[in-house]
Amino acid sequence: MMRPDSPRTAAANPPVQPMETNLTERDLIRRSATSSLPPPERQLTEVAKLIDVSKCIGCKACQSACIEWNDTNPAIEENVGVYTNPHDLTADMYTLMRFTEWVNPETDNLEWLIRKDGCMHCSDPGCLKACPSPGAIVQYSNGIVDFVHENCIGCGYCVKGCPFNIPRISKVDHKAYKCTLCSDRVAVGQGPACAKACPTKAIVFGTKEDMKKHADERIADLKSRGYANAGLYDPPGVSGTHVMYVLHHNDKPHIYADLPDNPRISPVVETWKGVTKYVGLAFMGVAAAGSLLHGILGRPNRVTEEDEEAAEELVERKPEARV
Amino acid sequence: MTEAERIQPGDAIHIGPPLTVDRYGPAARANHWVTAASLILLAISGLALFTPSLFFLTDFFGGGQNTRMLHPWFGIVLFVSFFVFFFQLWRANLWTRTDFVWLSRIGDLIAGHEERLPELEKYNAGQKFVFWAMSGLILILIVSGVIIWDQYFADATAIGTKRIAILAHSVAAVLIICVFILHVYAGIWTRGTLRAMTRGSVTGGWAWRHHRKWLRKLAGQHRVGPAE
Ligand code: SF4
Ligand code: SF4
Ligand code: SF4
Repeated sequence: MMRPDSPRTAAANPPVQPMETNLTERDLIRRSATSSLPPPERQLTEVAKLIDVSKCIGCKACQSACIEWNDTNPAIEENVGVYTNPHDLTADMYTLMRFTEWVNPETDNLEWLIRKDGCMHCSDPGCLKACPSPGAIVQYSNGIVDFVHENCIGCGYCVKGCPFNIPRISKVDHKAYKCTLCSDRVAVGQGPACAKACPTKAIVFGTKEDMKKHADERIADLKSRGYANAGLYDPPGVSGTHVMYVLHHNDKPHIYADLPDNPRISPVVETWKGVTKYVGLAFMGVAAAGSLLHGILGRPNRVTEEDEEAAEELVERKPEARV
Repeated sequence: MTEAERIQPGDAIHIGPPLTVDRYGPAARANHWVTAASLILLAISGLALFTPSLFFLTDFFGGGQNTRMLHPWFGIVLFVSFFVFFFQLWRANLWTRTDFVWLSRIGDLIAGHEERLPELEKYNAGQKFVFWAMSGLILILIVSGVIIWDQYFADATAIGTKRIAILAHSVAAVLIICVFILHVYAGIWTRGTLRAMTRGSVTGGWAWRHHRKWLRKLAGQHRVGPAE
């Protein structure tokens, strides 16, 4: 049987025989700070992780699985009275259940919203756009946005570029970390660890197309149960994402621990990485070239013999100035 | 402000021959070289992170990680050394009416008719412009630079603030590099200027030609140093 180019599910047990990685340099469609990237020879099927917020029970099995698979060691923190733990995404915690207690003004019911936060694997990734280091951030044709740590210089530009506030810079090795969408598993036919660990199948993985179909069924179900605004969060402002949510209140994503309503790469970042760079380089180039040309072609401003004599005379004329 | 205040403490005439005039003492010159060196290092390391086409410049600092780590420290050095300078020079760089006249005839200067311009004190309008532009831009750069110095201040400000800071930082950096080019080129074009930064003195003729009022005052106020 032909091996599909990406795993179609996280549920199935993976093949056990050794496998060549299926995500290589030749599958890159974007590479940070690189203008001349050769187009990939093939187009991998786009994959996506779908997180159904309505099915999540907040057990954090996904967080544990992520720690386990990526072999990270998030610090043990103090309980500050909320379930969210650790307090934020960190360089050792790529995904985080964010808990929100929200009173629905229409029903006066308390709703406990639990959102699995982490990298959205944007089709138009702001992190990659901001990164100054060639090849520190790459995007594969299956949609995964990955950080290549050998090339990372720890500048934190990706943090400013990301519309979702995801990357974190390690205080230990000064490199940026975030969810990889388990690119190292996907490359060898396995679904993401978090999706595999999820006991309620709130996290599922597959081709982006399949995930959208699955989301449609879930949304129809939610609507039939009174959630009129249920919908899919696949924000067009970043050309869609490869981690999507089914939200029961898709009309107001912000209630889910500040999930942006209309995420897009900030215009400030666009200006910094766009017009500032080109106009700035032109300015500096003109200043340098202009000076050089004037230096070669123009006449320098030289002190003449007369100037020297006039100065002597001025000082002579003031004999009191000589001690 | 009295006229005497406009004359810097170390400035003095040496009768010679040849006739020379002290413009900068050894400490000021040493400091200026620190300013110059840190600004050049900042420009190189900053440009490396400004555009991918210049990323190779990180090699001069031992790679990207080192460049990222060193750049802010160069900035601290520049800030301290420049502002030592600033407090020594700001009075002499205050804008006067003569500066407007001088500026309005700048075409004559470039065309080689400096004699048509008014007599000047220690600094002309161009030098004053460089001084104030550097002062303002360095302030913008240090403030925005600290905001985006994530190694130590990542948690001090929100991401929205950092985005504005990084934009301001890159715009100010472009401008200061342009001012720097102007400053260096003016020093080269105006022959005899560079020795003020190496030996600290200029020739009498240089002072007569470019800063005649300053020379007159020095002569008038008995500012004559010991012969060398
Ligand atoms: S921290 Fe690393 S990944 Fe992030 S922008 Fe800088 S070099 Fe790129
Ligand atoms: S969510 Fe942020 S870190 Fe992830 S791909 Fe999008 S911009 Fe990059
Ligand atoms: S996809 Fe992998 S890296 Fe990302 S949150 Fe899940 S387990 Fe962690």
